[in-house]
Amino acid sequence: MSVPVRHRAVIFFCALLTFVAGSVMFSQYKVKAAALSGSSISGIVRLEGTAPHQRPIDMSKEPSCALMHKANLVTTESVVAGPDGGLKNVVVYISQGWTGPAQASTASPILDQKGCQYIPHVMAVNAGQPFKVLNSDQTSHNVHPMPAPGGANQEWNKSQSPGAQPIVSSWNGEEVAIHVKCNIHPWMSGYIAVVKGPYSITNQKGAFRIENIPPGDYTLSAWQETYGTQTQKVTVAAGKPATVNFAFKAK
Amino acid sequence: MAKFVAVTLIAIAIGSAIPILLHIWMPPADISTHGHLIDAQMADTMVEAGICFIAAQLILAVFIWLAASRPSGYKIRNFPGGSFVLVLAAFFLVGTEVLALGFFGTKAWANIYFTPPSADSLPVQVQAGQFAFYFRYPGPDGKFGPIHPEMINEANQNLFGIDVDHDQDAKDDIVTAEMGVPANKEVHLLMHSKDVGHSFYVRELRIQQDFVPGLDLSLHFTATKTGRYEIVCTQLCGLGHYNMKAYLNVMSPTDYDSWIKQQAALQ
Repeated sequence: MSVPVRHRAVIFFCALLTFVAGSVMFSQYKVKAAALSGSSISGIVRLEGTAPHQRPIDMSKEPSCALMHKANLVTTESVVAGPDGGLKNVVVYISQGWTGPAQASTASPILDQKGCQYIPHVMAVNAGQPFKVLNSDQTSHNVHPMPAPGGANQEWNKSQSPGAQPIVSSWNGEEVAIHVKCNIHPWMSGYIAVVKGPYSITNQKGAFRIENIPPGDYTLSAWQETYGTQTQKVTVAAGKPATVNFAFKAK
Repeated sequence: MAKFVAVTLIAIAIGSAIPILLHIWMPPADISTHGHLIDAQMADTMVEAGICFIAAQLILAVFIWLAASRPSGYKIRNFPGGSFVLVLAAFFLVGTEVLALGFFGTKAWANIYFTPPSADSLPVQVQAGQFAFYFRYPGPDGKFGPIHPEMINEANQNLFGIDVDHDQDAKDDIVTAEMGVPANKEVHLLMHSKDVGHSFYVRELRIQQDFVPGLDLSLHFTATKTGRYEIVCTQLCGLGHYNMKAYLNVMSPTDYDSWIKQQAALQ
């Protein structure tokens, strides 16, 4: 039985439509997949020169914390450099060009107080991203972040006794970085950097890695508490991980 | 009823005197050279006040007891001379007691505050700040470098705000969180507050000194017994006052020498 001409036209037209729609959908899927996988930016932050002497901290006024550090020497952490110059605790983030969501992750980062120290010493969050403050010590602490006055972020000072509920808070605006201190233990010092988009904090080797960056031109910034901020432009290509290295000069 | 009150008064008076007479809750042993004068003054005060207290309670109890046996309608007589003489008598009796205590205590006070420290005393600077005490030793040059308050940076452990890069005298200063002193050597404390009012108190040393913001205070003592003693803040200075303390380590001269060298290496 042969198909009438007008039926053939309809069938052909439907097939064409299906093919076009399928291609469009398929191509869309390809783009989305590329955006999800993205590329990474990684690198090493180094210190050129000798790191300034980090002074030892004597916690004898708080015996429960001093006891935890009997075996190891605790020092200040304003510059933590490894044997090959790798700088730890550097916040690496995209300062320009980020078009993705301002909030990079749904995690709730934790700032812990352990052994009368802030762990981690430097932390990063996005504006509006909640973070938790824990007290794992046997003594009360006074958590006192000090954002720049007159900005979007408000200073607060909360007492937290041992075993108390975590303090949950978030910051309104970007600020690199907010200094956190404890009013009861003068040596405690930490930083919270509030940035837009994804971020990474260097480890002991000075290495950082930021994932899921869509292709484009960006400005990458690296902030260290003693040496300040350095920026570098980076172009991320699809499927090609980018490498950016920073070097801070010791004064 | 009145007789019961009289007996209760006597029981309370004797009951309060017993712990003091039996030397329960005595302050810890004195480890200073001047402390015995303070302890003697304390003992004098307790004896004087104790005698007056027991006598007053006894007289009161006796009169209550006597009044209970009197018939109703009995007219109570006035103190001979009236209330004016009564007040005058109390004024002179109590006044004499207090003046006597003050007079006998002048030696204890003058010994600490009106005698200068000896020329070879060990100077130690004490800075009280919310909420810790920090100490500074002058180092081999015997001089303290100037303090620059704007340079105080607790996160970097520059607790006194000294400038080792530009001030020659500050280069060998030794800053510590514990106060170490050699036994039997006079120590000259130079005290100031970084912020609000604090107080430096070591029980065993019989030393207590308030820190008034803006004042530089001077105190000297000699510790006689080695050991580790608590320095506590005894002036309410804020929410962390309960936690504000440091430790005094009285060491033998050789132990002190090695300790101060060790601290100098940690600067």
